[in-house]
Amino acid sequence: MNIFDIIGPIMVGPSSSHTAGAVRIGLVTRHLLAQEPVSAIITLHGSFAATGSGHGTQKAIVAGLLGMLQDDIRIPQSDVIADQLGFKYSFEYKTIKDAHPNTALINVVGKNGREIEVQASSIGGGRILINKIDGILVNFSGEQNTLIVHNIDQPGHVAEVTSTLSHKSINIATMQLFRDSRGGYAVMVIEIDQEIPVESIEWLSHLEGVIKVTYLSAVK
Amino acid sequence: MSFKSMEKIVQLCSEQNKSFYEIVIEEDIKESAITVEESLSKMAQMWNAMIDASDNYDGNLKSKSGLVGGNGLIMQNFLEKKNSYCGAFITNVIAEALKMGESNACMKRIVAAPTAGSCGVIPAVLISYFRYADIPEKEIIESLYVAGGIGQVIAERAFLSGAAGGCQAEIGVASAMASGALVYLKNGTVEQICHATAMTLKNLLGLVCDPVAGLVEVPCVKRNVIGAVNALSCADMALAGIESQVPVDQVIDAMKEIGENMNKMYKETACGGCGITPRAVEIENELKSINI
Repeated sequence: MNIFDIIGPIMVGPSSSHTAGAVRIGLVTRHLLAQEPVSAIITLHGSFAATGSGHGTQKAIVAGLLGMLQDDIRIPQSDVIADQLGFKYSFEYKTIKDAHPNTALINVVGKNGREIEVQASSIGGGRILINKIDGILVNFSGEQNTLIVHNIDQPGHVAEVTSTLSHKSINIATMQLFRDSRGGYAVMVIEIDQEIPVESIEWLSHLEGVIKVTYLSAVK
Repeated sequence: MSFKSMEKIVQLCSEQNKSFYEIVIEEDIKESAITVEESLSKMAQMWNAMIDASDNYDGNLKSKSGLVGGNGLIMQNFLEKKNSYCGAFITNVIAEALKMGESNACMKRIVAAPTAGSCGVIPAVLISYFRYADIPEKEIIESLYVAGGIGQVIAERAFLSGAAGGCQAEIGVASAMASGALVYLKNGTVEQICHATAMTLKNLLGLVCDPVAGLVEVPCVKRNVIGAVNALSCADMALAGIESQVPVDQVIDAMKEIGENMNKMYKETACGGCGITPRAVEIENELKSINI
């Protein structure tokens, strides 16, 4: 473990999992939306639902959605700041099937109308895992540049994506493949060491059989 | 790669004729591919954030649950009466530990070291000593690497969270890290750092994580005090020449074994110990009725 994971991080209390991790869930969701959020419905599950209020979990998620980092002293006032900015949100408390005890499901709409649903869990020490995007399993931390490609499950898409990366001298750190059924809906989650240029993302998203491409720059 | 044993750090110190701090920082810059200056400046940020957290303590604040807040101020006022058993220095350490733990519970900015729940232990002893002895800041920052290096070994061999190993893995570890830093600040040997770490951790082995209403408040805030005071007494024992019969790495392994065999009810689940006392149940119901 890095020495600054031991002495650090600097954060607003009281809990690395229920507060700092919750801020990060909101923040990574904001980056995935890639536009200013205007409204959100946030579902809390398990320990997040049971003890969230006493840990400031709700305020922390809203703070993250508004772009605050885990050490932002405005986190306790994020509800007031959200009102000032006109950001509308509501919380629901429900059991999410097969989810980690510290899990949130965020359905968020951006100012240009884009809407995404992110399910994420806080796994300890302020670290998180994005479990699902729009209901599709993904499992990545957001600590590295991450490319997510949704496509029809047919031959050649992995090759197209990896050759595009290779062409731009981008190294793949990890790669995961998921699909709902043979020939159905498939997802690639690729963590990469370098940033991918905007034109490559556009090129990939226009390929036949590719449904959607989402890119997340590492959220430090 | 952080070190897998304290023994390895001792061996490198002796082979290369370097201090504990030098061995740890050299490993950090190699691992993170940064310069010594960059690493030092980042550690200085951590130290400054600890000082800021202490300076910004507000004794009038209460946590949202209302369970904690204000005790740091009460202890500070008691210090001024000059009637404590512990004397001025240790009474100040107690006040600092309470302040930091309460600030954390009140959603103020702190430095997790190693966790948010145990964030009061290391600053309590270092800030108090820094102000009391008027030593150069540079030495305090070096001592934070000693604390961090000890934490790294414990993370490597065992764990650093109440959920994984009980409170021994939070307050126990913070205390062990603090005692090593304290020995370093008094120019103790690497062996003395190891004995202090071993004794400190041994004293808190088995400590369970049993929070009332699942919050990082009761008994967490006051446990920061025992972590800090335990670090001081063990650092002094080590500096006096008292040794731990069980070597430090074996104590860390013992902590792991105890944590692994600890019933889940004592690992941050709020299902055991203080967390299920009749008073805790009352508190939980009171908080539920006001939606916290």
